[in-house]
Amino acid sequence: MNDMSSVAEIFESLEYGPAPESDKDALAWLSKHEHVFGHFIGGRWTQPAETFDVFNPATRESLARVSQGTARDVNAAVAAARAALPSWRGLTPHARARWLYALARGVQKHSRLLAVLESMDNGKSIRETRDIDIPLVARHFYHHAGWAQLLDAEFPGYHGVGVVGQIIPWNFPLLMLAWKVAPALAAGCTIVIKPAEFTPLTALLFAELAADIGLPPGVLNVLTGDGETGKLIVDHPDVDKIAFTGSTEVGRAIRRATAGSGKRLSLELGGKSPFIVYDDADLDSVVEGVVDAIWFNQGQVCCAGSRLLAQEGIALKLEAKLRARMEKLRIGPPLDKAVDMGAIVAPVQLERIRALVRQGVDEGARMWQPSWACPTEGYFYPPTLFTDVSPSSTIAQVEIFGPVLVSMTFRTPEESVALANNTPYGLAASLWTESINLALDIAPQLKCGVVWVNSTNLFDAAAGFGGYRESGFGREGGREGLYEYLTRDVGGGMRDTGEQPPATRHSPVVTHPQYPGTANSPPIDRTPKLFIGGKQARPDSGYTRRILGPNGEIVGEAGEGNRKDIRNAVEAAHAAYKAWSKAAGHNRAQILYYIAENLASRSAEFANRIQLMTGRDPDDANRELEAAVSRLFTYGAWADKYDGAVHSVPIRGVAIAMNEPIGVLGITCPNELPLLGFVSLVAPAIATGNTVVVVPSEPHPLSATDFYSVLETSDVPAGVVNIVTGGKDALSTVMSEHDDVEGMWYFGRAEGVKAVEYASASNMKRTWATAHARDWFDAGDGEGREFLRQATQVKNIWVPYGE
Amino acid sequence: MSAKRNLETISTSSSNSVAPSAAAREPRATQTRPTLVAGATEDIKPVSHLERNPGVPLDLDAVRSIHVNRSAVERRAATIPTRRTVKKQWQAAWLLRAVTLIDLTTLAGDDTPGNVRRLCAKARRPLRDDLERSLGLTELGLQVGAVCVYHALVRTAVDALAGTSVPVAAVSAGFPAGLSPVEQRLDEIRASVADGAREIDIVITRAHVLTGNWQALYDEVRAFRDACGDAHMKAILATGELATLNNVARASVVAMQAGADFIKTSTGKEGINATLSFALVMARMIREYRDQTGYAVGFKPAGGIRSAKSVLEYMYLMKDELGDRWLRPDLFRIGASALLTDIERQLEHFVTGRYAASHRMPMP
Repeated sequence: MNDMSSVAEIFESLEYGPAPESDKDALAWLSKHEHVFGHFIGGRWTQPAETFDVFNPATRESLARVSQGTARDVNAAVAAARAALPSWRGLTPHARARWLYALARGVQKHSRLLAVLESMDNGKSIRETRDIDIPLVARHFYHHAGWAQLLDAEFPGYHGVGVVGQIIPWNFPLLMLAWKVAPALAAGCTIVIKPAEFTPLTALLFAELAADIGLPPGVLNVLTGDGETGKLIVDHPDVDKIAFTGSTEVGRAIRRATAGSGKRLSLELGGKSPFIVYDDADLDSVVEGVVDAIWFNQGQVCCAGSRLLAQEGIALKLEAKLRARMEKLRIGPPLDKAVDMGAIVAPVQLERIRALVRQGVDEGARMWQPSWACPTEGYFYPPTLFTDVSPSSTIAQVEIFGPVLVSMTFRTPEESVALANNTPYGLAASLWTESINLALDIAPQLKCGVVWVNSTNLFDAAAGFGGYRESGFGREGGREGLYEYLTRDVGGGMRDTGEQPPATRHSPVVTHPQYPGTANSPPIDRTPKLFIGGKQARPDSGYTRRILGPNGEIVGEAGEGNRKDIRNAVEAAHAAYKAWSKAAGHNRAQILYYIAENLASRSAEFANRIQLMTGRDPDDANRELEAAVSRLFTYGAWADKYDGAVHSVPIRGVAIAMNEPIGVLGITCPNELPLLGFVSLVAPAIATGNTVVVVPSEPHPLSATDFYSVLETSDVPAGVVNIVTGGKDALSTVMSEHDDVEGMWYFGRAEGVKAVEYASASNMKRTWATAHARDWFDAGDGEGREFLRQATQVKNIWVPYGE
Repeated sequence: MSAKRNLETISTSSSNSVAPSAAAREPRATQTRPTLVAGATEDIKPVSHLERNPGVPLDLDAVRSIHVNRSAVERRAATIPTRRTVKKQWQAAWLLRAVTLIDLTTLAGDDTPGNVRRLCAKARRPLRDDLERSLGLTELGLQVGAVCVYHALVRTAVDALAGTSVPVAAVSAGFPAGLSPVEQRLDEIRASVADGAREIDIVITRAHVLTGNWQALYDEVRAFRDACGDAHMKAILATGELATLNNVARASVVAMQAGADFIKTSTGKEGINATLSFALVMARMIREYRDQTGYAVGFKPAGGIRSAKSVLEYMYLMKDELGDRWLRPDLFRIGASALLTDIERQLEHFVTGRYAASHRMPMP
């Protein structure tokens, strides 16, 4: 059907005709800039240099040339952000709220220009940019104008982290900018942001908009460029935090690059999110859900429901319905107001999709595409359905980032959970059932940061978004997201722990009597073993190490744990995890109080041991003992009180933010305060449902080994707390590298922090590693919400309702 | 379950017939196609005469296995108007097709032979002559789908439409509440048919749905259908009074099983009339019934469809959910009165480029 079709002809055929949105204003804006851009640094545009083309993927035409950010540009941008920081941070919350409000209004006032430009730059349909991306951008700025206003009242004792470097992807260019920029500005941070090299244009327009409203120079700096520019930002020593959204591969590299740098990090990475359909679901609505899951934005969505898991009995019927629906999808020029799908962002991405589809076919999966053909002018790929896929297929494991759905079946709810979690990723999940019992049973079992019940791809500024596992860490949106840009006020600044690398291990061969005794009554050896799975286990190495007192005297021995002991301990912790994580808060509280009770009943013995190992005076040792008992009470108290939230999102329904345990947590205790340091870390971890593998104070491990029998007499289930004594840094590295340890806490020295953070990249585990000293006796510094927040991750479960 | 006898004539996009083996078509992007926009475009099939839905025995399993998720339905319904649009000559052509789908309706307590005759005159010549000429449509012999009136005015309408093929539809069977004695309702249907009504819009007893008495609903609709004889029956579900979308879906299925030729949303007298959500649920049930039995049942949204923009939204829904075959008057009607004037205004705008005024259109 062409433009000359007569009314009478169309009357018969009733085809859809072209319905183009005008690109006139967007082109005029590009012309105003002569189709070439510098960077936006310190409130001014730099002279364009080393430019490269930005293409419209639907036409393959160049839209503009933008500059490749160099080290000089990055230095200038970071310097501008640093210079702007004191006054931006010094503004009242209300003043920052006004600036964010102005940005929200600015986005709304220019919403169509932004929508059209985004569509041209990215290839996504104008319907999506107009109805989804840009409204969500405005919503994000409004919501965070609110957080800016409330910052002091709602986050007392916290301030912005400082200068933040932000690197965003090409799939939702302006929306990802909003997710990064809005909370950072609200928190009082200044920004250096780099949009993706494929899609920098709306970020540049946004910079102009910020300049128009008079946002102070240097608060927002926009640099264009490719991954090299991103790397320069990541590596810049004067950046306090990096926020990145993109592939897991790059996220891993950033984790390694920033290891030990002291930079805060939040990563929103890839996914292979399950879309689970139970046999009582509304299948016609499921089909539309799939459309919104995997054919939204051509499937170039990190949280795309790309793995369809259908209950066996309805799988064939669902597939037939899907094929019929796919036949009706319309793909075409993104600016056409009546298309469902636009273009793939770039040829390299198109080729990746083609290659993976080819591989899927080669591996024996059955591929289906609609009968119609794609336009040939640009980079288009049709909606694609794979059936006869097994979890071992490449296409079932790898993130395709295209409009390709792979379908598998399951028999039981239990199996659906197993299949859903059978992935290194953990970003999102969608589950469809008309049974509230089933939905609310399954949602907490899914290892991911977002669960949509009978819906998919719902986003809102009030609900945090972010992943579990190798989908990254940190949240964007909501109260939980704001913490990513805040840091705790520490009176008098941070001081180092002063921990030193351990001296060489003392020979375990005993050449003189260790303990007082007589020939008639020799001492009974009390060398502790390790504590694994509720049992005292001999170290695999068959070695022990001497524990020396303050004057170098031998005060005891401890097992020399090695990597196999860590392996065993992690397995024990996993075995205990399912029941412990599901135990009621009240139950966990009872156990923590019981531990406190049993510890208190042995006060003298524990205080004495502290004294013996550290040489501190009795009052001081006793003070540590008393603080440890109190701390156990603190987390006994918290165990049934660290509630989640119900977010106020704009649907008829609720978004339930649940604080879930991280999983199996590795904990390396500080050297100082052998009892209090141990209790201060283990108690919040287990109070929130984690199971732990603990390496106690390296020089003074005997308080922890004495603790075995306290645990044994306090009804702590086997495997919830596992203790491995030995070399701190070596054991920490083993735990940090372990792919089945989900989080790692390390309190020690800078080299150890670096090693932990670097090694954690293997499975992108959450780390809390610091070489900064804490006042463990202080309730503000040594306990409380910060510990609980580190021990948990927020899962947002969206539950629309209505009969 | 009956044989799938109509499937060939009404099939839209069964995967077997249109999709060659996937491997043979890969890679796709090298293929060419004359249009820039790819998407489902069905071959224009000759409009075949459909076998009437004879109904099937009451199948309670089909009723009880229905699951409709309201929030999901509303999300889909909300994007139908935002995912599709037609512009320029496409819009004009679609609106002309809409004219042929209208059941031009007057159902007021103060209806008289006078205003019904006026309505019929509009039904004969729905567009101004000059508009028809400008659009190049004089050959089409454009007329509306039907004229819809109360029983008392059936004969008036039949006389006024003599010499045309425009059928008269009567709202019989105790319209609008459907609470008069069953025998009276059956008699009213027979009387309307006797007076020349070729289509009967019946109303169901909402209480049967609200109490889950599917057998009673089935028996009632079955009896109405029998009373209709050769006249086609549209079953008005009064969706605004059925409380839930699940009930709308269940009532749709039972009405089709009982032999409805059309299922229709509303009398126009309920607090909530036609909505895209109701339409979506009913269209999906029509599709399900066709897949199960092979019979094509028509759909009629009614009440509140007053603008050209709104009627196009229902047409997008039908095209995308059921296919082009459901965009013809034997399977799709729109109950409306003011709508026609707005369509005329839009058509005049298309012809002249100026926004149009209602008072320039001959009133129905």
